[in-house]
Amino acid sequence: MDISQSKRKPYVRQVKKSWWLRNSFYTGYMLREGTCLFVGAYTVILLCGLLRLSQGPEAFAGWLHALHSPLAILFHLVALVACLFHAKTWFSLAPKAVRLFKGAELMPEKPIIMAQYIGLAAVSVIVLLIAILA
Amino acid sequence: MKRSDEPVYWLLFGAGGVVAAVLLPVLILITGILVPLGILNADTLSYEKMHALATSWLGAPILLAVIALPIYHAMHRVYHGLHDLGIHPTKFLHYLLYGFAFLVSVAALTLLIQIH
Repeated sequence: MDISQSKRKPYVRQVKKSWWLRNSFYTGYMLREGTCLFVGAYTVILLCGLLRLSQGPEAFAGWLHALHSPLAILFHLVALVACLFHAKTWFSLAPKAVRLFKGAELMPEKPIIMAQYIGLAAVSVIVLLIAILA
Repeated sequence: MKRSDEPVYWLLFGAGGVVAAVLLPVLILITGILVPLGILNADTLSYEKMHALATSWLGAPILLAVIALPIYHAMHRVYHGLHDLGIHPTKFLHYLLYGFAFLVSVAALTLLIQIH
């Protein structure tokens, strides 16, 4: 909806920028949202790798070399934790976002969440095996 | 009234969320930790292998999905997260953030098409 066309002037209550620090539920929510910064940064790193790959072996070796810096390794460690935290919240959210029914009964959340963890583990093992064996 | 374009972004956000949850952890582990630390052989990410991956019919779409979907996911969250921090949505912010995601996706697609 284009809000610029609206003549409404709703009252917006002022909220402190630190509102989410006062309640652990909200802090968790903001941390979860914050994980997207690492997800975004990692896709840009991958895009750089693709660009360097297209420029030839030497350029690609430079990208690989850059990944060896302690700062890069630290970033990836934090990004991994962020990504796993995002995955945890994403999995527990799925049964709430998509409500599956078995007959008239709502499917219980636990098996759906567990199935997603199994999926994560399976995909991870398969990708690792491909990386090691291929 | 114009129809909302939100469902399109939400779809990209959702797909990006799945990729970020299921595929990115193991990719970060391999490219950012195991290979740089020497736990996995450096040959795992050799130019020849990565080039073969990027030019294959199966590998190219996977690479595109792994880059394009999570960046939409991230920019969608930044856009709405800024609102939570008191920086409220504007047309400019919308074009800036989703535009960035679009640029990254198009760059990935272009590179994958160009690469030989």
